[in-house]
Amino acid sequence: MADVTIEARNTIKAFGQGTQAVRALDDVSIQINRGEFFTLLGPSGCGKTTLLRLIAGFEMPTSGQILLDGIDITDLPPNRRPVNTVFQSYALFPHLTVAENVGFGLTMQGRPKAEVADSVARMLALVKLEAMANRKTSQLSGGQQQRVALARALAPKPKVLLLDEPLSALDLKLRKEMQVELKRLQTETGITFILVTHDQEEALTMSDRIGVMSAGKLQQVGSPKDIYTRPVNRFVASFIGETNFLPAMGVAGGAKLGCGAVVDGVAAQGAVTLTIRPEQVRLTAADEPGAIPATVTLLVYFGTDTHVHLALPDGASVVARVQSPATGEAGLAQGQQVGLRFAPGAVQVLED
Amino acid sequence: MAEKFAVTRLPGFTTIAVVAFVALYAPILTLVAYSFNASESAAAWTGFSLDWYRLAFQNDEVKNAALNSLIVAAFAALISTTVATLAALGTTRRAAFRGQTAIYAVINQPLMVPEIVTAVALLIFFSSVKLATGYTGLGYLILAHAAFCIPFAYLPIRARLEGMDLTLETAASDLYASSWQTFRHVTLPLLMPGVLAGAMLAFVTSLDDVVITEFIKSPGQDTLPTYMLGQLRRQMKPDVNALSALLLAVTLLLLAGVYLLTRKRAD
Repeated sequence: MADVTIEARNTIKAFGQGTQAVRALDDVSIQINRGEFFTLLGPSGCGKTTLLRLIAGFEMPTSGQILLDGIDITDLPPNRRPVNTVFQSYALFPHLTVAENVGFGLTMQGRPKAEVADSVARMLALVKLEAMANRKTSQLSGGQQQRVALARALAPKPKVLLLDEPLSALDLKLRKEMQVELKRLQTETGITFILVTHDQEEALTMSDRIGVMSAGKLQQVGSPKDIYTRPVNRFVASFIGETNFLPAMGVAGGAKLGCGAVVDGVAAQGAVTLTIRPEQVRLTAADEPGAIPATVTLLVYFGTDTHVHLALPDGASVVARVQSPATGEAGLAQGQQVGLRFAPGAVQVLED
Repeated sequence: MAEKFAVTRLPGFTTIAVVAFVALYAPILTLVAYSFNASESAAAWTGFSLDWYRLAFQNDEVKNAALNSLIVAAFAALISTTVATLAALGTTRRAAFRGQTAIYAVINQPLMVPEIVTAVALLIFFSSVKLATGYTGLGYLILAHAAFCIPFAYLPIRARLEGMDLTLETAASDLYASSWQTFRHVTLPLLMPGVLAGAMLAFVTSLDDVVITEFIKSPGQDTLPTYMLGQLRRQMKPDVNALSALLLAVTLLLLAGVYLLTRKRAD
């Protein structure tokens, strides 16, 4: 059985009063395991940052509980929770040096000077900033400030590290480097990381598990692979990666598309929506038996891949992603008639 | 595209500006110049001399008045800056609340109520206190000055607080700082330039006050400005020029300090 570090139980957070109250969090329950890299993913305003602030103690839930190692910490102020935060703006203290920033938490806890100095040196080595110890934080680059913020939050050895969109201020190249760096730090320290982000690629590459949020509710919790290959609803399917949606009717042994073709091997009843990732759509010759006939409407070149936009006989559109050389050699062209098949087991039936 | 209105392009702008600057600064420059005049008459320049400064420094009454001025200004600045800091913390660290405008009005009241009214009111109030306690020291002046210096100390402190990132305090509490530790190690150090600027402004304001001091000082008590006023009533002597020049120098020095502390930092 998994060892739970942080648990939110039926948490509701409402802002505003009476009829104008808005539920930023609408009855969210979640369990996050020890040593896990957990990501809260969702668009802005979905409540992911609110949940993070409840765990940090910056906000009190309107109702519900926050538990740490099974103990209710809902009413504890932030300075009494063994949980530290890396802020989106970093929030480094401008009047202190890099070393003083990193040592701040331990100093406030009243640890002896020697222990603080020792720990600061270890933390700076961990984030490779030993040479910067006596600089003012304003003299550092964005990436270096980010690392100071990480070292500062890790120095007191928190049970959980919270990261609020920590990479959003960095440029693309630096962001990729920091993604690897974060994963390395998490593995080396063994601390539970909870990351908040709206970047689905960041979530997929770094996380052990992802919680997808929308409109104050948790939509789905699972491994990156689960979330990508088996989205539970339309929101999750469309928010993570690209996908095709096709309306269909459940029939015996499958689902019937608008154009009359039957997709085998899916269990559906009544009107449903089928979803399939573009890389799971296979192109065949137009006359291959069992293939769904389609017309190429647009070719979009992406380097290694090409997106082939297709129109089904009833006008429904489907995008297929194929490896680039295939298009040139196969001689795919706009207006061409082709056949398409869905990879076995790749079609998902969505609830709504 | 409509052109932006620019006051500098109006006809006669340069002329008016020059006249205004001359009217403002010529008397001051003349005063400073004549403080170095060898002659006792203000009418004629007879040569350079530091005699009036020497005379002023040797005069016991001047020394006494200067000492009073410094004591009153220092304590008034200390008290008003402390009160102003607390007031600024109370008025900026929260969402807008009912009666906020009224509170600003109360804090800034000395800027709006005519000084002479405050002076008369304090005179009447302190007279009865004097009668009851028999105390006639500098305490009255210190309290009165502290009261009217509060808005001067309040404004730069509030400006500094409003520009401060609240996330820093959240970060401190996240890193195990109690609310007192957060104030002591994060808020106050970041607020310090504003506090010092406020203290300097309060000090300067107290240093050159005449009206309120004249009304409530005990007999025989003098600050530098009231002493100078008394001297002028009897006889126009250039040692008053020398004292004025010195006061001007101190004021300019402190205002330069305020400027250095409140200007936007490059980093």
